[in-house]
Amino acid sequence: MAIFVDEKNKVVVQGATGHQGVFHIGEMLGFGTKVVAGVTPGKAGQEVHGVPIFNNTNDAVVETGADTSLVLVPARFAKDAVFEALDAGVKTVVAITENIPFHDAMEFVHYAKYKDAVLIGPNCPGIASPGKTKIGILPGSIFKKGNVGVASRSGTLTYEIVNSLSEKDIGQSTCVGLGGDPIIGTTFIDALDAFEKDKETKAVVLVGEIGGAAEEDAAEHIIEHIDKPVFAFIAGRTAPPGKRMGHAGAIIARGKGTAKSKIKAFEKADVKIAQFPTDIADLVEKYS
Amino acid sequence: MKLFEYQGKQLFEKYNISVPKGRLVKGEKDFSDLDFPCVLKAQVPIGGRGKAGGIKSANDVKDAKEKLLQVLGMDIKGFKVTKVLAEEKVGIKKELYLSITLDRSKRMSLIMASGQGGMDIESVPDELIFKEWVNPLIGVQQFNIRTILTKLKLGKEEGKEVAQIISKIYRLFREYDCELVEINPLIISSDGSAMALDSKVIINDDSLYRHLDITVENEELTDLEKEAKEKGIAFIQLGGNIGVIANGAGLTMATLDALNHFKGDGGVFLDLGGTDDPEKVKQAFELMKKAKPNVIFLNLFGGITKCDTVAKGVKAVITKEGIDIPVITRIKGMNEGAAKDILKDAGLITATTLQDAAQKSSDLAGGK
Repeated sequence: MAIFVDEKNKVVVQGATGHQGVFHIGEMLGFGTKVVAGVTPGKAGQEVHGVPIFNNTNDAVVETGADTSLVLVPARFAKDAVFEALDAGVKTVVAITENIPFHDAMEFVHYAKYKDAVLIGPNCPGIASPGKTKIGILPGSIFKKGNVGVASRSGTLTYEIVNSLSEKDIGQSTCVGLGGDPIIGTTFIDALDAFEKDKETKAVVLVGEIGGAAEEDAAEHIIEHIDKPVFAFIAGRTAPPGKRMGHAGAIIARGKGTAKSKIKAFEKADVKIAQFPTDIADLVEKYS
Repeated sequence: MKLFEYQGKQLFEKYNISVPKGRLVKGEKDFSDLDFPCVLKAQVPIGGRGKAGGIKSANDVKDAKEKLLQVLGMDIKGFKVTKVLAEEKVGIKKELYLSITLDRSKRMSLIMASGQGGMDIESVPDELIFKEWVNPLIGVQQFNIRTILTKLKLGKEEGKEVAQIISKIYRLFREYDCELVEINPLIISSDGSAMALDSKVIINDDSLYRHLDITVENEELTDLEKEAKEKGIAFIQLGGNIGVIANGAGLTMATLDALNHFKGDGGVFLDLGGTDDPEKVKQAFELMKKAKPNVIFLNLFGGITKCDTVAKGVKAVITKEGIDIPVITRIKGMNEGAAKDILKDAGLITATTLQDAAQKSSDLAGGK
């Protein structure tokens, strides 16, 4: 088992023929992902690494049975792309695109809920279940199959942490990049619930950062509903208030969203906190 | 982007929300069509200007001219006042608070209202702030508005006025992609009509491409931050003396945290993002040199971007342009061995772990 995605997911890539699309279709195929279709309006009939390209997502779903979409289109077309995927009947959408206006994200997050679909992102690196599938832009080489679940608001920082786990021979069940935007589909709470139910997952690592209350919400949820051991790292302990630290969502606004408050909440929930990103691996080794 | 009060009020007028009669004033003649007494308000993108002396009343033209000279050029929390809004004074019967913002946890718009207008909303007790969430798929409905009005305990006519304002600011919030629309205070004037005495409007930066009528004024950015923004590089100037270049926002933040642990003080946050484009690497180093840190700390994790490609870019910049600031590098991930050799060859200090690199950088920079 794994959470949200496994070897059965059949992926359609929206924005397949651009530089990013072509590169990552190749990377995903190399990882073992079932990439069955690509979509770029006007390019039907072409192929990318042998994957057929369609003019729209509905055609791709009808022809190939794709049930999962990877959205790589530019920000101003992203809302349309997510709506298109959901209306085509796709049940899992992974939205990588950065800089999507958050009002757009607010709409498609609620539409995904209405359609009973899982939405991961936006502004995320995607999701990988080692040994099964990788849907997104995460580097395949860092993963190792195993029993630790990882959920993160960051990209590179997650790679760093996953890599240090793998170096210590601690494998992962699923690593999900939730996204660095203020509005995202799948939250820490959704990921925690899924990891709690997943038989393969023995421990969970959360990678949080300043801004919003996602970590505080997660901490409360852990106290009530999660029995598996949880470990966390929080980035931005030294970030000054009012500055947006690279991610749209990483900002201490009106005194809320500080690392201090998040660490306090996690400590209350008996979550072990790492001082440095690479310390997570030591903590997991020691306590699980 | 934070709008100035006067810009926010221009948007209010577009949505038929009443504001006091007023205009930006530069000199005596600008007061010719205003009635006295009036209020002069410094236009700065930060709260607390009243306490800082940025709001003054004037009883006649002569008085107004004097007060204008006092306010113009004033420094309010680091912002120089270059614009002053003059408005006619309005008789106030009641002061309310009204705002719409984003609830990140519920992923909905959040309307907040209170009978305690005019003061900082942070200091109003929670039980006196009434909240109503709006699902973006249906928009604000009459029941949302009724719920708020009931709690505000307004008279029938006042209620009608406020109900209209809620509908209007919700439209503004959605149509202009706002992060915040706040009216504090929203007043019921002595003639019973509702009017916005202040405005605080923040527009989501990612949506500015579709709001070309909004003048973008990056008053909050330093000159180097502006330059970086034009080049598409995430760059933030902080107080310290160590320049951090990393890839990814989370990793850059974590690097600053690690420095702080070793008593180092981050001075620049520079996120290279997912690029290994030599031109971007070059621009990043140029910006960093202009910021004049004591030490540059390059912390990279190569996943999709290969470490040696970035290292080659760094070496090219350094051998071509030269650099007189010590550079500590820590590079990890795909092809890290080759990358380390290249960086050593370029005369840079290489470290193995984040901790080691952070310690070295902090020591070299001379602490806080």
